[in-house]
Amino acid sequence: MAMTALTGTRLRERRQALGLRQAEVAAAAGVSASYLNLIEHNRRRVSGTVLEALAAVLGVDPGVLSDEAGAGIVEDLRAAAAAAGSATGSATGAELDRADEFAGRFPGWAATVVALERRAAGLERAVEALNDRMTHDPHLSDSLHEVLSAVASVRSTAAILAETPDIEPEWQARFLRNLHQDSERLAQGSEMLVAYLDGSDLSEAAGIATPQEEMEGWLAARGWHLPELEEGGEGEAALEHEIGALASEAARVLARGFVLRAAEEARQMPLAAFNQVLAACGGDPLRVAARFGVEVTAVLRRIALRPGAEEGLVTCDGSGTLTFRKPAAGFSLPRFGAACPLWPLYAALGRPGSPVAVLVETAGRQSRRFRVLAQSRLVHPDGIGGVELREAAMLLGPVLRDQPGEVALPVGSSCRVCPRRGCPARREPSILGTGGGEDSP
Amino acid sequence: MAGHVLLIEDEPNIAEAIRFLLGRDGMRVSSLSDGVGAAEAVREVRPDLVILDLMLPGCSGLEVLAAIRAHPETGSTPVLMLTAKGQGRDREAAEKAGVDRFMTKPFSNAEMLASVRELVQR
Repeated sequence: MAMTALTGTRLRERRQALGLRQAEVAAAAGVSASYLNLIEHNRRRVSGTVLEALAAVLGVDPGVLSDEAGAGIVEDLRAAAAAAGSATGSATGAELDRADEFAGRFPGWAATVVALERRAAGLERAVEALNDRMTHDPHLSDSLHEVLSAVASVRSTAAILAETPDIEPEWQARFLRNLHQDSERLAQGSEMLVAYLDGSDLSEAAGIATPQEEMEGWLAARGWHLPELEEGGEGEAALEHEIGALASEAARVLARGFVLRAAEEARQMPLAAFNQVLAACGGDPLRVAARFGVEVTAVLRRIALRPGAEEGLVTCDGSGTLTFRKPAAGFSLPRFGAACPLWPLYAALGRPGSPVAVLVETAGRQSRRFRVLAQSRLVHPDGIGGVELREAAMLLGPVLRDQPGEVALPVGSSCRVCPRRGCPARREPSILGTGGGEDSP
Repeated sequence: MAGHVLLIEDEPNIAEAIRFLLGRDGMRVSSLSDGVGAAEAVREVRPDLVILDLMLPGCSGLEVLAAIRAHPETGSTPVLMLTAKGQGRDREAAEKAGVDRFMTKPFSNAEMLASVRELVQR
């Protein structure tokens, strides 16, 4: 039977657990106490016959004492120490010569160390794969190449025009035409880049979509409406198999929370009645809320999640973190990080209960206008003395007709991808290179 | 200044700006817009300098450079390489392949002209 140094450690632990002295066990097994002492301290290898005798005295299977897997975990521990040493570039200080003792005395901790090392190795591989993809991503590379080529051409051509006062008229005309072409290319290349960075499928493909994105992806695939929750529908239980298919537990938790609230709001505002009241109230969410006796934020959600609704909806918590995003065509919503601080959502967050109704205009070459209504509410889930939470919702509606002389509030998606110059709310420079001191945060 | 430059660049507006710039400086400029057959063209034209874009359709600038260096008649022709990527490993690859000068886009005209003059005089 194969022996490892672990065997001695295990023998000792078993004996001590039974409260037996070395001499007693040695005598019962027919060996001297000093020999057992050497075996227990892993200083002598134990033969199969002696091991069987000791195991019989200690009431265990000899296989448990000489477990081959023990040798495996010692090897794994040594590999973990070597990997940690190679990652830090120096020895870790792990007592390699006592790895077997560690594994024998603390098998749970040893298994944890090995599991952590395996997890670290897995994460390192994921980071390498992501880094490799970022570096070699053909879409990103093409967009950057397009932008840099156009910039190079603009820079050289503009310098020629500026620095050649006696340039022939035909060359001048040709370079002006080239400048125009390149500025168009530059604009298109920048937009490609922004669209890519803002709506990249990189994270999904790499399996690092956030739970919120997973949940929103599921709702988007359902057309942002769940008929199961409406009057006469099959109810929440009918959605469980779809929710169960979401990739992460966190996404499943978010989805169940969303479904519970949507079901409650469907009961409070049955769809047919809701549509009638909404029309009768001229689409005014505050009047609808008063008619149904519900929160305005609930009405905003119900409007955006009707079947076929064009309206977008964004909600946030008291920290300003976006907690739900249903996009409206032409209104870009950030995937990561904070949104534009000028969004009416944040104005409403600071004034709970007061509606903020604003006409907004998005930044960019294809700017669009939206009628926005935002409102927030305070929630005290633990009653008086408990925490106070805030929830704000912003409904993004299409502009059906412009009012003469009406001024729109300029807004963006997030500073990172917003080209608007001279914005007083800018936090950080834009990757679109709006440049200039006036745009500094 | 006199000299013959072979420009291999697929971006027509950049090529036009460089042609104008070097032409005004008294140089003769021949142009190609892709990498296919570029090394053969270098053998035929025997320019004083090759300006070579890294990312070319058909055949990359690095492949063209390797072919120029591999041929005894063109092996010592100065080559200035342009790239819109500017990444460290592109520069490293170009240097390994024997490039004389490496410039990233966007470049300044003065910098381009100074480099070309220096390389043509070699």
